Amino acid sequence: MEYSELIFKIIFVIAVFAVSLLIAMYSTYAERKIAAFMQDRIGPDRAGPFGILQPLADGVKMFMKEEIIPSHADKALFILGPSLMMLTACMTGVVIPWGNSLLINGREYILQITDVNIGILYIFAVVSIGVYGIMIGGWASNNKYSLLGAIRASSQMISYELAMGMAIIALVMMTGTLSLREIVLQQHGAHWNVFYQPLGFLIFLVCAFAETNRTPFDLPECETELVGGYHTEYSSMKLGFYLFAEYINMFISSAVIATLYFGGFNMPFVSGLGLSHNTLAILGVVFFFAKIFFFIFLFMWVRWTIPRFRYDQLMNLGWKVMIPLSIVNVLLTGLVLLWRHGLFHF
Amino acid sequence: MQSLTNRSKVVVNKKMSFMEKLYLPEIAKGMMITLKHLFKKKVTIKYPEQKRPVAPVWRGWHVLKRDELGRENCTACGLCAVACPAEAITMTAAERKPGEENLYREEKYASVYEINMLRCIFCGLCEEACPKEAIFLTDRNVPVDLLRDDFIFGKDKLVEGIEPEKRIDVSVRARAHRQIES
Ligand code: SF4
Ligand code: SF4
Repeated sequence: MEYSELIFKIIFVIAVFAVSLLIAMYSTYAERKIAAFMQDRIGPDRAGPFGILQPLADGVKMFMKEEIIPSHADKALFILGPSLMMLTACMTGVVIPWGNSLLINGREYILQITDVNIGILYIFAVVSIGVYGIMIGGWASNNKYSLLGAIRASSQMISYELAMGMAIIALVMMTGTLSLREIVLQQHGAHWNVFYQPLGFLIFLVCAFAETNRTPFDLPECETELVGGYHTEYSSMKLGFYLFAEYINMFISSAVIATLYFGGFNMPFVSGLGLSHNTLAILGVVFFFAKIFFFIFLFMWVRWTIPRFRYDQLMNLGWKVMIPLSIVNVLLTGLVLLWRHGLFHF
Repeated sequence: MQSLTNRSKVVVNKKMSFMEKLYLPEIAKGMMITLKHLFKKKVTIKYPEQKRPVAPVWRGWHVLKRDELGRENCTACGLCAVACPAEAITMTAAERKPGEENLYREEKYASVYEINMLRCIFCGLCEEACPKEAIFLTDRNVPVDLLRDDFIFGKDKLVEGIEPEKRIDVSVRARAHRQIES
């Protein structure tokens, strides 16, 4: 790798990191505003114009709070929990293709930190490690409610990861690659995967809600039953990390959904305009973020509309509906592929 | 029973239809409702800047009145404290010294008069009990504060100023009282 490329990568890594944090920060603000608007209120409006400094105020508040580690808690694990959560949340952004590529001085710089050829698998692996953040935190708190929340989180994630994986398998069968960049490039123009995999998209979307612990699947932190769920014993910035990680996860999930099913940085109707490569790339990034913001909005919209599932309903939905559906989806995709390749003779 | 609004619905425990069992159409319906609310007019009143209109006989922050000559009406009889259901009022009585006739109307006055605004329920019974028309509730809200001690209002916050422009008009409430009594 040459110097220029190395420097570009370093800048890009920092930029992606900063942008994820910034968006997660302002997601908390958006969440509160959207919640307020849907309930005919106006939400936070005191810190700065329209309350846009609210996330900063919240952050300062989190830092200033007293740091409590319960005496009966396992110290090392207690700290490891939120750190792991935050680490995995930030790690997933690495393989997302944020844009096409920039041509600078005749060299091509890909707008993606690294184009691993097993991108989807990488995301799955990292997200699965994220469960440990919740489990370790809940276990280390040495508190019944935390432990129950952690157990719920892990069983929920395991159940929904299966269906999610199956939805991805159908997609991969179609695209024939695991590299996210390849998948996006295949969806050029408006050939978005959602049109070919509508059922798979629905399954993936529902599972994404479950994976990020958002309503209607927010049982791990179900306040009405479990006090605060897995983070009951947490305070100060460690609690902040848990809450913040949820928002980063939401951002990344939105990015993954947009990448896999909604064509990533592709946009319809612009290839004919004759714009230069760089302009197109930048437009693509903007368009990609518009899609991401839409999905973040969707996450919040759903959260403030439907109530939480009961635990048995959650398991029923996961095992008796989602998994059979995803298997059917895989079978259908297989049949269609075979038919397309002319391997069927009726 | 007649319902108060036309929005009440009778609950029936019927089986869900197939469409309802699919969840998604119903969820979409619900989401449309929340989406509509997103653009509805907001009911919030931004309090310190905007105030909700209140009735002219609103019962808020008390005032201890002075008479036309600027003398305090209160004679520290303690009837208001006895009448107070929340036991919010305490006072210490003192005797008027020669030369203080321009300050206090009666020979006995309250040297300390405190209302605990956190205990007060703004019922207005103190006002009703007062034989001297000394205490009135006004349409001012008790301002917010950070410490509990700061909500114990002494004479500095209760007695109105001597100057004509610092007088607080309680004529509406006073008239209402006279009507009730007569
Ligand atoms: S308004 Fe009622 S509660 Fe308040 S001080 Fe007067 S009598 Fe007591
Ligand atoms: S305010 Fe009225 S009732 Fe209360 S002590 Fe003074 S004169 Fe008596």
